[in-house]
Amino acid sequence: MNAAFQATLEFLKVYWAPLLCGVAVVAILPLIVGYIVLVERKIMADMQARLGPMRVGPHGLLQPIADAVKLLIKEDIIPENADKLVFWLAPVLSVGAGLLSLAGLAIGPAFQIAQDINIGILFVVGISALGIFGIVLGGWASNSHYSLMGALRSSAQLVSYETAAGMALVSALLFTGTLNIKSIVEAQSKEGIWFVLLAPVAFFTYLVASIAETNRAPFDLPEAESELVAGYMTEFSGFRWSLYFLAEYTNMIVVASVATTLFLGGWLRPFAGVPWLDFLDFIPVLLMMLVGVYCFVRVPKQPVTVQKIFMVLVGLLCLAVAMVLFAPIAIPILKPSLTEAVKPFYAGIHGGFWFIFKVSLYIYFFMWLRFTIPRYRFDQLMRLGWHFLIPLSIINVLLVGLALIVGAYFHLHGWGLLLVTTPAAILALVAAFLILAIEKQHDPRPEQTAASDFYAG
Amino acid sequence: MLDRVLFYFFAGIAVASAALMVTRRNVVHSAIFLITALLATAGIFLQLRAEFLFIVQIILYVGGIMVLFVFVIMLVNLDVALQQIQFARQKWVALIVALALAGQVGVMFWTSGKMPGQGLLVLTAVAANRLPPNSEAVAKSLFDSYLLPFEIASVLLLVAMIGAVVMAKKRA
Repeated sequence: MNAAFQATLEFLKVYWAPLLCGVAVVAILPLIVGYIVLVERKIMADMQARLGPMRVGPHGLLQPIADAVKLLIKEDIIPENADKLVFWLAPVLSVGAGLLSLAGLAIGPAFQIAQDINIGILFVVGISALGIFGIVLGGWASNSHYSLMGALRSSAQLVSYETAAGMALVSALLFTGTLNIKSIVEAQSKEGIWFVLLAPVAFFTYLVASIAETNRAPFDLPEAESELVAGYMTEFSGFRWSLYFLAEYTNMIVVASVATTLFLGGWLRPFAGVPWLDFLDFIPVLLMMLVGVYCFVRVPKQPVTVQKIFMVLVGLLCLAVAMVLFAPIAIPILKPSLTEAVKPFYAGIHGGFWFIFKVSLYIYFFMWLRFTIPRYRFDQLMRLGWHFLIPLSIINVLLVGLALIVGAYFHLHGWGLLLVTTPAAILALVAAFLILAIEKQHDPRPEQTAASDFYAG
Repeated sequence: MLDRVLFYFFAGIAVASAALMVTRRNVVHSAIFLITALLATAGIFLQLRAEFLFIVQIILYVGGIMVLFVFVIMLVNLDVALQQIQFARQKWVALIVALALAGQVGVMFWTSGKMPGQGLLVLTAVAANRLPPNSEAVAKSLFDSYLLPFEIASVLLLVAMIGAVVMAKKRA
């Protein structure tokens, strides 16, 4: 007993900081997810020329909190013939995998919970893939046909698209030669070019595969409401349902972060290595200030005094963030002697901003797609995965590897690498269209009707 | 100290869930305990500072093979399966095999106690930062010292894969 106590103490002494960060992330993430959902509803409203949630707080800013309270006090229903243990375990597994994989991500050079793990990106991808068990087991444990069908579709979809996503990751990793997340971003900073330009086909493959892996529209077949009610979540309600919801959005954050780290330069500013473009550092400050000032301008329009005060507070918060962002670039100009001392703060704060900014853009793209593209049919989804994305990604790995060998032969670096990777990308695209043409020629069957599809509800 | 506690923690989970996996009547419960056992084994790999093996264990066994297992279990009609006798009647063969295995492990323990440095490896923890990076070490030994066996294994897997596709394909 004493030994166990001592081991715990020893553990805490070394790992208190990551533990604290982990607890903070677990505590704050539901709030962040709630606001992502609010943003999603607002974007949806905007694209459909509506206003979206407006009642709770100014412009619906308190809506996530109201939603959370509603979900927590809702009745918790467990179906009578459900497998109680598995029913309890499944949502926890789903959300646990998502949260654990967040630990490996680096949000800026300063903030990473599991510091410098050698297997970095593999850890994130591998652990987040475990979330599929939550879906499959939840669907099975509900003892309902809709749930089971949703779970089957989901596992088939995830297994098929994981291959394409993995191959896309491999072609980006060929440039770095390391799996460590920090080293991957540092490699992009050293080359002075983001891997999205060097491996555009891999980025595209990962983009499509990541939408499929997070079960988002247009690939949200597992929860196609017109066919399967709500898929694997059908029998879940209240708190358990909100855990699944949390897991889905956490997974979105994870895939967006992986794409940002590998393809979009992680926490690097656009053109980070170019000194005469340093004025780009002011973009985050100006952005936050604009949002703050806009809040102040809108204050007279608010109908109630409470809402006016709330709007002023939001504006002040934005200005405060702008000040925090402004300080590390202003101090070196005012007092050159402090330049070195401010550098880590600059890297941490601005790195964090750019990382979160890119992740937000990626997630915005997800939402944009969701509200513009109709849902695929299940056999179309499978054909897209197996007949198009997987061959394309394998060919792309080969071509990128070949391009890198040629590039090393001619000692190409940075933007020069584009000379060899662009032809490789074009070749991969030609190959992709060839695959499509061959498939059409080889398999000229008429479009299947939905009724002949095994998984159709 | 911490290493030892972690080892016994993961080893205990692995053994317990392996026992539970064999004794459950419900196939899905068995699958869940098999997943737990595999995850605990991954934890032991991590405790041994073999982080690459840890993640490969998780990605391949838990995230790949076990997903397919569970997928197939979903397609099987469980109500029918529960009625059937699931346990093979090979008690005596199983007993002999188990005893032989236990004897082997016992001999290993016994000899390692007598001859230090031989037989069973006694692990001494090395600080993680003094070990070579695990994924690089694995890659080097795979593609350098063991290139030919690696290629042969890959070709074998490829043959198995093509065979599966050929068998699954409908006769035209």
